[in-house]
Amino acid sequence: MRRRAQKIVLRFRRRLDREVEGKMEILSLTAVELGKKIQQKEISVMEAADAVLDRIEAVEPVINSYVTVERDEVRKNAEEVQKQILSGELSGPLAGVPVAIKDNMCIQDHLTTCSSKILYNFKPTFTSEAVLNLEKAGAVVIGKTNMDEFAMGSTTETSYFGPTKNPHHVGHVPGGSSGGSCAAVAAQECFYALGSDTGGSIRQPSSFCGVVGLKPTYGTVSRYGLVAYGSSLDQIGPITKDVTDCAVILEAIASHDSKDSTSVKREDYTFTGALKNDVKGLRIGIPRDYFQEGLDQEVKSTILGAAKILEEQGAILEEFDLSLVQYAIPAYYVIASAEASSNLERFDGVKYGYRTESYEGLHNMYKKTRSEGFGAEVKRRIMLGSFVLSSGYYDAYYLKALRTKALIKQAFDQAFERYDVILGPAAPTTAPELGKSLSDPMKMYLGDIYTISVNLAGLPGMSVPVGKDSRGLPIGMQLIGNSFQEKTLIRTAYTYECATEKKYEVPAKLAVENGKEA
Amino acid sequence: MAKQYETVIGLEVHVELATKTKIFCGCSTEFGGAPNTHTCPVCTGMPGSLPVLNKQVVEYAMAIGLAANCKITQTCKFDRKNYFYPDNPQNYQISQLYLPIARDGYVEIEVDGTKKKIGIHEMHMEEDAGKLVHDEWEDISYVDFNRSGVPLVEIVSEPDMRSAEEVIAYLEKLRLMIQYLGASDCKLQEGSMRADVNLSVREMGQTEFGTRTEMKNLNSFKAIARAIEGERERQIDLLEAGEPVIQETRRWDDTKERSYAMRSKEDAQDYRYFPEPDLVPIVISDEWIAQIRDKQPEFRTEKLERYKTEFEIPQYDAEIITNSKKMADIFEATTAICQKPKKVSNWLMVETMRLLKEQGMEPEELSFSPENLASLIELADEGTINNSVAKEVFEKIFLKDIDPKRYVEEHGLKSVSDQGALQEVLQKVVAENPQAVSDYQGGKEKALGALVGQTMKAMKGKANPGVVNKMLREMLGAK
Amino acid sequence: MGNIISDETIEYVGILAKLELSGEEKEAAKNDMEKMLDYIDTLNELDTTGIEPMSHVLPVHNVFREDVVTNGNEREATLANAPARTEDSFEVPKTIG
Repeated sequence: MRRRAQKIVLRFRRRLDREVEGKMEILSLTAVELGKKIQQKEISVMEAADAVLDRIEAVEPVINSYVTVERDEVRKNAEEVQKQILSGELSGPLAGVPVAIKDNMCIQDHLTTCSSKILYNFKPTFTSEAVLNLEKAGAVVIGKTNMDEFAMGSTTETSYFGPTKNPHHVGHVPGGSSGGSCAAVAAQECFYALGSDTGGSIRQPSSFCGVVGLKPTYGTVSRYGLVAYGSSLDQIGPITKDVTDCAVILEAIASHDSKDSTSVKREDYTFTGALKNDVKGLRIGIPRDYFQEGLDQEVKSTILGAAKILEEQGAILEEFDLSLVQYAIPAYYVIASAEASSNLERFDGVKYGYRTESYEGLHNMYKKTRSEGFGAEVKRRIMLGSFVLSSGYYDAYYLKALRTKALIKQAFDQAFERYDVILGPAAPTTAPELGKSLSDPMKMYLGDIYTISVNLAGLPGMSVPVGKDSRGLPIGMQLIGNSFQEKTLIRTAYTYECATEKKYEVPAKLAVENGKEA
Repeated sequence: MAKQYETVIGLEVHVELATKTKIFCGCSTEFGGAPNTHTCPVCTGMPGSLPVLNKQVVEYAMAIGLAANCKITQTCKFDRKNYFYPDNPQNYQISQLYLPIARDGYVEIEVDGTKKKIGIHEMHMEEDAGKLVHDEWEDISYVDFNRSGVPLVEIVSEPDMRSAEEVIAYLEKLRLMIQYLGASDCKLQEGSMRADVNLSVREMGQTEFGTRTEMKNLNSFKAIARAIEGERERQIDLLEAGEPVIQETRRWDDTKERSYAMRSKEDAQDYRYFPEPDLVPIVISDEWIAQIRDKQPEFRTEKLERYKTEFEIPQYDAEIITNSKKMADIFEATTAICQKPKKVSNWLMVETMRLLKEQGMEPEELSFSPENLASLIELADEGTINNSVAKEVFEKIFLKDIDPKRYVEEHGLKSVSDQGALQEVLQKVVAENPQAVSDYQGGKEKALGALVGQTMKAMKGKANPGVVNKMLREMLGAK
Repeated sequence: MGNIISDETIEYVGILAKLELSGEEKEAAKNDMEKMLDYIDTLNELDTTGIEPMSHVLPVHNVFREDVVTNGNEREATLANAPARTEDSFEVPKTIG
């Protein structure tokens, strides 16, 4: 009897193991691989969703990628999408594939907090255009990811809902501000994610988390429904496990939107056409200014090594002086803070979100609501932005910054007369330790030095994982293209990926932890 | 001898444009909906919403700018004006500061026969704010965003006016011009035209301007005149007492006939304008300007002249009729139907003006159709109804735009011209008034009038007086 | 180097931004702002004479919508997130005395 019982238990265990293995297998797929298996009915949408939901349950206590996951809602949507796939309504590569959305993109009737207390209970009444585009493609939204409050920060530590941890080393930050989205992809809590990038907020955390992240040319993805930080700089972009996913998702979310006046009608939206293993004759400029003092030696050698690989594939490398690099950060902080100070005025306790408990009169209500509702970094930037726009300072600060921006754009224009792609690091270091950045904001701001000028010039930029440092923390290579040249970036990154036979790897440590738990 | 002072006045006039939708979203601009029923994420400042400019707003603004002899700014942009107030959902207003759509124009006014040009400094497009309603008992205000995002142009004059009369003449001129363009109905009471008055005083002969104040909340031409007088006196009193005038915004209370400073510690009046990043520049080509110019309507002066020559309408009548675009439209449309400009003009000059006054209405609120007025004129002309009935019927047309033919039919108001039916009554009247008969026969023409009157009375007003007159003469023998 | 932010300035910016900072926060804000402004002042090393300020990076212009009503009565959606409301309006502390 006892033996028999043991046998049953064993058999049950094996079945469980198989299930767990099956789920692990599902999770290790890229978005496009999973989409294919869903179309071929090898995996159901529900299986994919459940695999992700279980994974979230297992790792969230450590990683904290998400602000909101609505399990029942996800399963209901999965069922609905499955029906549409079976009926043939949905047949695209992303149908049924679970996605995570940064919590500054509105989704109708679902919490959209921007990781801020001031929006702790806010449920938008419409869905952002980028997410709508994904929903049309059959995406199953898993949840909303953690971020630096209102996208202001480079570590995801300024979130009202606590920091997200780097899946590759939980003692380190994932980067920011799209840290939740990047960590969720890295930790296999989704198959891909959307982030937003105002000064590097997709590329830097992608670099820190070892995932592929792309900020498109300004105007490529509609900003309708994206809660604005710096309106002239913000762009939504994909965060993925590999370059193929990146191209497919960019193709899905990019669109000309009549609701966004700054949206651009592009001639060509077929980004997947650039998935070619070919960089022969491609002219790659390597800005000396990106390899100066302040750049970590391990990062430097890894990036140069990656460039070498592209050279071996036929690209032509050349060093050059981009110039003005040191002026991008001050110009950025003037422009972004000024726009933010205005964009965030609407959070006043009248129409939505948090209102202070007790107050005396209108202005006291405003002040208490905003002082209690915003975190320190947000307040810091609102104060700076209000100051630089205030009477008597506009010309000296704001106009000066806009002129600097024009010069930076000129410098890039000149560079792109000679090069197809500019290659450098995405960040000067790998992910810093938790709790080490916020005490010195100036130092944190300096970490954005390689990414910020790309936003000022409205250019496309991409971070591609190219290695790890001695502590096992990922290093990202940044590729910068001329306006509307995303395809050149994708081709370059894809060629690198092919040459190195690089596959997305799950963070070793987490894989073990999760194995144990299972 | 007391010092002589000169008043220096500049105006900021806000005009709500007559678009169907708001400036940055597809919400209706219709007046008077229940609170917050004409709202959407854009005009209530929802996070993630973005503005998209209504093309008609640009075209109306260009048309007004051209009519006011302005230069059109061929690359113009929107800016954000930042200030916190609950009727302003984003806590910034999308407006224009650095590159307004039109600049450097003028309009010509005439006061007491003297013509004068009033300079237009600039004109810009912006969005209107919502409405606040204050609770009577509790310390609460209620916010309604129906008006939030309704398109406005703000027309900023140079400080070229020197009296309330000039100000009123300038406003009248703007109002008519904009009404003729169809760009706004310009109703002061409903707030579709609002004027803020910038006023300073200086000693006669002085060339430098004094310190000015800005007065808001002026809802009628009369209130504007009173406010100008009140503020002029207040400033002169201050100067005479050796006290400085403070540059500030003041709110006019027309019932108390005095103004109050609107300052508070929380209003820093530092609007931190910067270019609106959510909207792209507007580039206006020469062709576009030409197109708008070609579409400009006949303005009042030209119309007035035409009425005098084409329709032979007296100057005074033509002035009254062209003083309202609506009335001029009715005049022309009715004349086109019945070809009787003088009759049409009479109805407008006399009965229409009387009823407008009686009802406390503006000519722009006229709502009857030219077809019905033309039809009434026909009825009266052919003798189907007599004058007093016609007046009665017109009142119904004025109020309810009824069809006069049907109305006359249904209410049995037709004049009786049937000689058989009249004959009997006439004989009775003649028999009952021997004195009048003999007076008439004796050469007193007036006596016939009395007999006609008696007949009309007996017929309860339904007889055609012309016919009665003719029959009586026949019966009593031509004298 | 050398930007000095006074208490009055912090107070004034607080009024503009509708933020009420505690004494400690104020000191930190002064310090942060001084440092940032010193850093921003490095822009003065750049000669930008004759350079047009660039507010829009792409040469997109004349984006319009036609004057057609597309929205219906969305009152419930408008008011759905209000911290304080009546059936048809937002409630705020009284705006006039």
